[in-house]
Amino acid sequence: MKRLRRTMLFVPGNNPGMIQSASVLGADSVILDLEDAVSLSEKDSARKLVTKALRSWSFKTTEVTVRINPITTVYGPLDLEAMLEVQPDILLIPKAEVASIQEVEARISAYEAAKLGGEAVRTKLFALIESAAGVEHVHEILASSPRLVGVLFGGEDYTSDMGVARTMGGMEIEYARNKVAVACKVHGVDAVDTPFTDVDNHEGLLADARKAKAMGFTGKAAINPRQVGIIHKGFAPDPVEVRYALRVLEAMEEAEAEGKGVFSLDGKMVDAPIIQRARQMVALAEKLGMVKGSTASKDEKNANDSLEGGLV
Amino acid sequence: MRVTRTAKAGTLESNDIFIMVSPSEAEGVTLELQSIVLAQFGRQIRETILRTVAARGVTQISILAQDRGALDYTIEARVETALDRALAEPGVIL
Repeated sequence: MKRLRRTMLFVPGNNPGMIQSASVLGADSVILDLEDAVSLSEKDSARKLVTKALRSWSFKTTEVTVRINPITTVYGPLDLEAMLEVQPDILLIPKAEVASIQEVEARISAYEAAKLGGEAVRTKLFALIESAAGVEHVHEILASSPRLVGVLFGGEDYTSDMGVARTMGGMEIEYARNKVAVACKVHGVDAVDTPFTDVDNHEGLLADARKAKAMGFTGKAAINPRQVGIIHKGFAPDPVEVRYALRVLEAMEEAEAEGKGVFSLDGKMVDAPIIQRARQMVALAEKLGMVKGSTASKDEKNANDSLEGGLV
Repeated sequence: MRVTRTAKAGTLESNDIFIMVSPSEAEGVTLELQSIVLAQFGRQIRETILRTVAARGVTQISILAQDRGALDYTIEARVETALDRALAEPGVIL
């Protein structure tokens, strides 16, 4: 099963203390930020600090993403070149549009040819889609580099580009969210939802995370460590649904043993889509340690201790 | 090589180190170190700073370092940034 990205937590790239503690905050991925969190006068300093941290510091099992500056700025190419030397897990490309992803792809390919004898870097890409054009061209963006493994939707810049107000209800980003989530599913990559900016509104965050999950997002960005557990709760499978999925798989095995092609459970016919969904749900629940006897790591089980319903 | 301009990097926040490099009239490297963990790690911090300066080939410089518990890689990053800034050609974007 591929890596979970329920949370991607932004960490300022010029703050040594926060970088040091990034791996113990519980996020599936941390985004060391060289863009908005760093003033223009400190771009060089942050780039150097992140480079040194990636060479020397252990982030343990936490995925490390670095958000570089837009490739169209003077800092973007400098960031990209420095990051290719240390190869984080993911590079988050801001202001993503077809041209910017193609530019990044070309620069990485040139680096591989010049410095690695054609060998591929291990770093994958995430597109930060945060403009009207980016949303409208999301399919073309996702087709513009084979290194892309996901999209992060940036609702604040998107609404700024649209010239509309951000509201709690989020009606103004509904179309973009739906479009990004569906496109990511089509291309088989992760869809990570925009951060919830009111860091003290935990109930609002939980509701927003559940809404994102219902739309098809695989995770949500976080801007404060306190948001991580809440988002994980929002993206956790419902124990009632997990129990039903387990029963579906049990009934399927029995039906197969009896040579039945189609079977029913609780009076309802079970067909291939229901079985596929049950398999996905059980696989995720096992990964999160929600199923007794699963092989989830201690960290993952601890992270889910607060789940409603506990082990199934 | 000698430094001809004053430059700074880092902050006085926890886990960071503030570095100021400036031209020195005398030959050699002059280092003034202040640290919240001077008794425990003063020698190690000093060695890290001097090693980083030597790796850049700088032999005539004055350094003020105010440490707030920075790890080795942070010390290296801040010293290298200060040196880059002090040695950069005017107008070059770092």
